[in-house]
Amino acid sequence: MNTAILFAVITLSIIGVLSAIILYFIAQKFKVIEDPRIDLVAELLPGANCGGCGFAGCRNFAENIVKNESLENMFCPVGGNDLLKQIGPVIGQVAEEKEPTIAVLRCNGSFANAPSKTQYDGVKSCYFINTLYPGDNACPFSCLGAGDCVVSCQFDAIYIDETTGLPVIIEEKCVSCGACVKACPRAIIELRKKGKKSRRIYVSCVNKEKGAISRKNCAVSCIGCGKCVKECKFEAITLENNLAYIDFNKCTLCRKCVAVCPQNSIHELNFPERKASQPASGVVEEN
Amino acid sequence: MKTFKLGGVHPKENKLSSNQKIKEIGLPKTATISLTQCLGASPEPVVVKGDKVKVGQLIAKGNAFISANIHTSVSGTVTKVDDAVDASGFRRKSIVIDVEGDEWLETIDRSTIINNNIVASKDEIIAKIKEAGIVGMGGATFPTHVKLMVPQGKKAQSLIINGVECEPYLTSDHRVMLERGEEMMIGVRILMKALEVESAYIGIENNKKDAIDYLSKLSEKSLGIHIVPLKVKYPQGGEKQLIKAAVNREVPSGKLPIEVGCVVQNVGTALAVYEAVQKNKPLIDRVVTVTGTSVKNPCNLLARIGTPISMLLEEAGGVPEDTKKVINGGPMMGKALNTLEVNVVKGMSGLVIMPESESKRPSTANCIRCAKCTFVCPMGLAPYQISLMTESGNAALAEDERVMDCMECGSCSYTCPSARPLLDNIRVAKNKVGLIIRSRAK
Repeated sequence: MNTAILFAVITLSIIGVLSAIILYFIAQKFKVIEDPRIDLVAELLPGANCGGCGFAGCRNFAENIVKNESLENMFCPVGGNDLLKQIGPVIGQVAEEKEPTIAVLRCNGSFANAPSKTQYDGVKSCYFINTLYPGDNACPFSCLGAGDCVVSCQFDAIYIDETTGLPVIIEEKCVSCGACVKACPRAIIELRKKGKKSRRIYVSCVNKEKGAISRKNCAVSCIGCGKCVKECKFEAITLENNLAYIDFNKCTLCRKCVAVCPQNSIHELNFPERKASQPASGVVEEN
Repeated sequence: MKTFKLGGVHPKENKLSSNQKIKEIGLPKTATISLTQCLGASPEPVVVKGDKVKVGQLIAKGNAFISANIHTSVSGTVTKVDDAVDASGFRRKSIVIDVEGDEWLETIDRSTIINNNIVASKDEIIAKIKEAGIVGMGGATFPTHVKLMVPQGKKAQSLIINGVECEPYLTSDHRVMLERGEEMMIGVRILMKALEVESAYIGIENNKKDAIDYLSKLSEKSLGIHIVPLKVKYPQGGEKQLIKAAVNREVPSGKLPIEVGCVVQNVGTALAVYEAVQKNKPLIDRVVTVTGTSVKNPCNLLARIGTPISMLLEEAGGVPEDTKKVINGGPMMGKALNTLEVNVVKGMSGLVIMPESESKRPSTANCIRCAKCTFVCPMGLAPYQISLMTESGNAALAEDERVMDCMECGSCSYTCPSARPLLDNIRVAKNKVGLIIRSRAK
């Protein structure tokens, strides 16, 4: 009886020791030498794995930073400049300041501005509706309002306003990861410079049809009249395919274009109220 | 009675207009002829603003391999070559013609004498069909001349003529068979000559007994044309289903009917072929069924391509007030129009008007895995599974479920007791898988 237990214990011990030795050599052979700095950088990152940096998750972003030992073209939109400043010392580099950006909805075809002509009762998916028909308001460029962007946002920064039917981007929550830009089948959402004191001016329309046609479907569509282009002294506005576009790098936020737009399709955000002498047109209420 | 084996449903037939004779409607004031009327590349316009055109004159030429010519259906002045809303609701290139009189090209034989002497050779026939811009009139609008050019190494053995018209409500093919049967039969013989086949099968569902009797009588005269009465079952008008039903052959997954030696053509196409080859008349008009349970007088109208559909709707007694949907095509596969400012195109087989009680989608419930959709799928797919894949964001996985075999007949959505949007989700999956396949090919 005793010998049996003894025999078993000894056999198992020998097997254990042998396995340990084999495992030790295998572990030596296949050792992965990882830069300890990767862990340091990864710890600093937000860990949301949103993909906004263009890499497959935060860990991959950290690996690439450490491997290249450079912060060039590396930007985490969630952490922003503060984060890059923290990462800089870890790899011995100084981060370049980048202007923060934010997602901007370039459509104002709300229920009031672009009344629905039809009623869609199929699957709630912008991607699908876009393959079927122009949308309930018949504008082939307008927001479809089925909320593909809402689903794509991992930061709960977008919701659909029930009264307008348009998505609303919550400024405080938006980290400018660009997921909604990719999700929108009509390329309505754009990442634009956040601007000083979050002040922004943009054309809230992407309709490339002729003015006479787009106006039939929407009261606030850009008709490509070119008044804003003439008004802008900084050559920030270009007119292409019946659509004005404001280059946010050239725009000085003078707000003159907002006042001349006959369609109220140029929007200003977060500006103080105008003086009485300067009548404002196209003022949007802050979301 | 023959039919296909796998799946299928039997929706209420509602062939309200089957006893209404084809009626020619008048000329429109302006005709808007869309340039996207066929599968494949859209043809290039060959007229400019201000040109005077006569009925039957070429106005857009299809240069690509899969493309079809377009001819003007009216005479008058070209006022615009610009974008206009087409049946999909998007703005596509169109040619707008102001109608002045009704002057036809001299080459077109407008007499009603039936010419049953086929003199053209095989190549001449195909050239004439190509020139006339004939496309599949069943609704898919695939250019007919491409179908007739059998690829090398393959041999066509039988021609199958689709007179099934399995879609509820629609009766345009039925009326064509009854009223233009003799001409259509000559068209079939022309197609047989073009394909060098000895036998043709005309598949007709059993709910069109008068057409079966009439064509059977006609076919006694012409050798090799067989009339095949079929059991009523949707979607028998699908190419693969019809081949299985008529000649009991199965087209392999992802392959064309020519793989099993068959070419399928619609009866409307056969009639257009007759007119093109024997009368030199390009495809400029078609029969459109305007129907619906709430419509005052459901009818079959011979309309010129480019006629505004408002004229057709008026002819049928106007759009009733409680109308919620106007469907372009049949109720099973057609698409609801999102504007009534569209014009007749080559692929428009019918307009179905539906009040709210019929068109409203019931509220959906959870999938109970009853597998009814799997039983009715004529392609043997598992619709609930593909639908779930789309809903969970894994549409790309559906490729292994052979989603590309789906012909979007809608039997699954029709039969689902939970009223789930199965076909919608399958279409999303098809779209995404199609993108993946195309990008892989590059």
